[in-house]
Amino acid sequence: MQTDFATSFYIFVLATFLGLEVIRRVSPLLHTPLMSLTNAISAIALVGSIVITGQQRDTLSTVLGTIAVTASTINVVGGFMITDRMLRMFKKRTPAPKSGPAATGKPENGQPGRS
Amino acid sequence: MNEAFVQIAYLVASVLFILALKWMSSPATARRGVLAGELGMVLAIVGTLLKPEVQHYQWIAIAIVIGSAIGIPMAMMPMTAVPQRTALSHAFGALAAALVGTAEYYLHTPHIPRFTMGALVLEVILGSLTFTGSLMAFGKLQELLPGRPITYKGQNIVNLTILGLALLLATALVVNPQHQAIFPLIIGLSLIFGVLLIIPIGGADMPTVISLLNAYAGLSAAAMGFVLDNKLLIIAGALDGSSGLILSIIMCKAMNRSFANVLFGAFGQLQTAAAGTTEQRTVRSASPEEAAAILESAQSVFIVPGYGMAVAQAQHKVRELYDALTKRGVDVRFAIHPVAGRMPGHMNVLLAEADIPYDRLLEMDDINPEFPQADVALVIGANDVTNPAARHDKTSPIYGMPILDVDKAHTVMVIKRGMSPGFAGVDNELYYMDKTMMLFGDAKSFVGDMVKELSGGSGLH
Repeated sequence: MQTDFATSFYIFVLATFLGLEVIRRVSPLLHTPLMSLTNAISAIALVGSIVITGQQRDTLSTVLGTIAVTASTINVVGGFMITDRMLRMFKKRTPAPKSGPAATGKPENGQPGRS
Repeated sequence: MNEAFVQIAYLVASVLFILALKWMSSPATARRGVLAGELGMVLAIVGTLLKPEVQHYQWIAIAIVIGSAIGIPMAMMPMTAVPQRTALSHAFGALAAALVGTAEYYLHTPHIPRFTMGALVLEVILGSLTFTGSLMAFGKLQELLPGRPITYKGQNIVNLTILGLALLLATALVVNPQHQAIFPLIIGLSLIFGVLLIIPIGGADMPTVISLLNAYAGLSAAAMGFVLDNKLLIIAGALDGSSGLILSIIMCKAMNRSFANVLFGAFGQLQTAAAGTTEQRTVRSASPEEAAAILESAQSVFIVPGYGMAVAQAQHKVRELYDALTKRGVDVRFAIHPVAGRMPGHMNVLLAEADIPYDRLLEMDDINPEFPQADVALVIGANDVTNPAARHDKTSPIYGMPILDVDKAHTVMVIKRGMSPGFAGVDNELYYMDKTMMLFGDAKSFVGDMVKELSGGSGLH
């Protein structure tokens, strides 16, 4: 396990900065799906768990790795699915001619809702 | 060759993850974002399985099958259960980080470079405390545990001592890697700290705490990236961490409180003594029929939903009310406070589930200037976020908290079970204003009665 820490730190700091900039722009409307999406993305820990489990170096690491793969898979599968499920519910439909803030010219999502 | 493919797959995955978050900025592109995230994840997994050091596949396959079997039903939970589901998934993410860290430690000790060891103990501490902390949050949200904050004398000192001890031992282990017996102690202390951290947290603070746990889970994944020298993990963890951080800051601002105050302040408990100073004041109450008649003749109605609407599962009845009023030409909009509910964006998801178009859901800053033009503000299950005392009463515990300007509407209606004070234990002066009508009853059945009145009672006008 040789690590180039300077490079890793650069990446960490830049990714955090980028994350702050990108996420600042997320509409509060979508804060719940945002949280479940980032949760699913950070379940990329699955990658580390797979490496540990796949090496099968000794019983302890294999057992811990297997549990870790299970836990991360739950988040990957469940996280992406529920995020999509939530987003499908967000529909735009400006009723009648109203003087609301409404229509900013964004394209209609066009996705049929599920119930 | 293989290694080059893995690196390219990881790089593309990182870009896709960033795009995924970028596309979350608008509901119009958000689903594309999920797709990008999924693609990135598939690429990363395939790349990893091709790594030369991954030799054995049977346990990986079994774990992935079990994980999917648990993950799919968890994605099917009803929307009202989203806060507890989120807490649970923070717990799983943190558990994976803690376990991988532990496995790495025992595989390589005592030949672990000092920097790597530092990242490893951080990964394990953050992972462990987030694991138990998120389980506790889950227990409280699922009402397996009492939701009220539990406090005792010297609580903060006990908590900080335990965390300090864990950090001290971690430092000792980094300096002196041969003391292997210390490692389980660090895990144990972190697990205990996670439990103790959430014990004094009450329901209204959950949005902040869930965001904070989100940030911790992300940081522990990033720390794992440092340990395994995996850039993709570092990037994904950093993105998750910054997202949690931003949400926590937004939640704190929306309550005018600091992190420290949320974590160590034990809100609900403190202020109960402050209430009860008011003498008996009279309120005006109204029946569903009277309320429906007023709503019907209004031009514009602002509905203010709160956690009470979620508890009563009233969102579908609210949708019927929205339909009935819209059909009569009433302009109905929803005013959403950032901390309404139990997690960031909770109300939006519930109302979207009930098929209310999202362009009718307005954030506090956008809708507040319009309250003076509203004929009726209908408060359903919200309390502290509507209390005008936050604006002017310096002695009030919620003083300074940004609120929805409900009191500026021409008429205010509040659906409430009884006159009990809100979470902060503060009496709401909104209820005693001349223009306020209290609608006593369960949110779901009261709204249902109003809908019945609006649809059946055509002779009202």
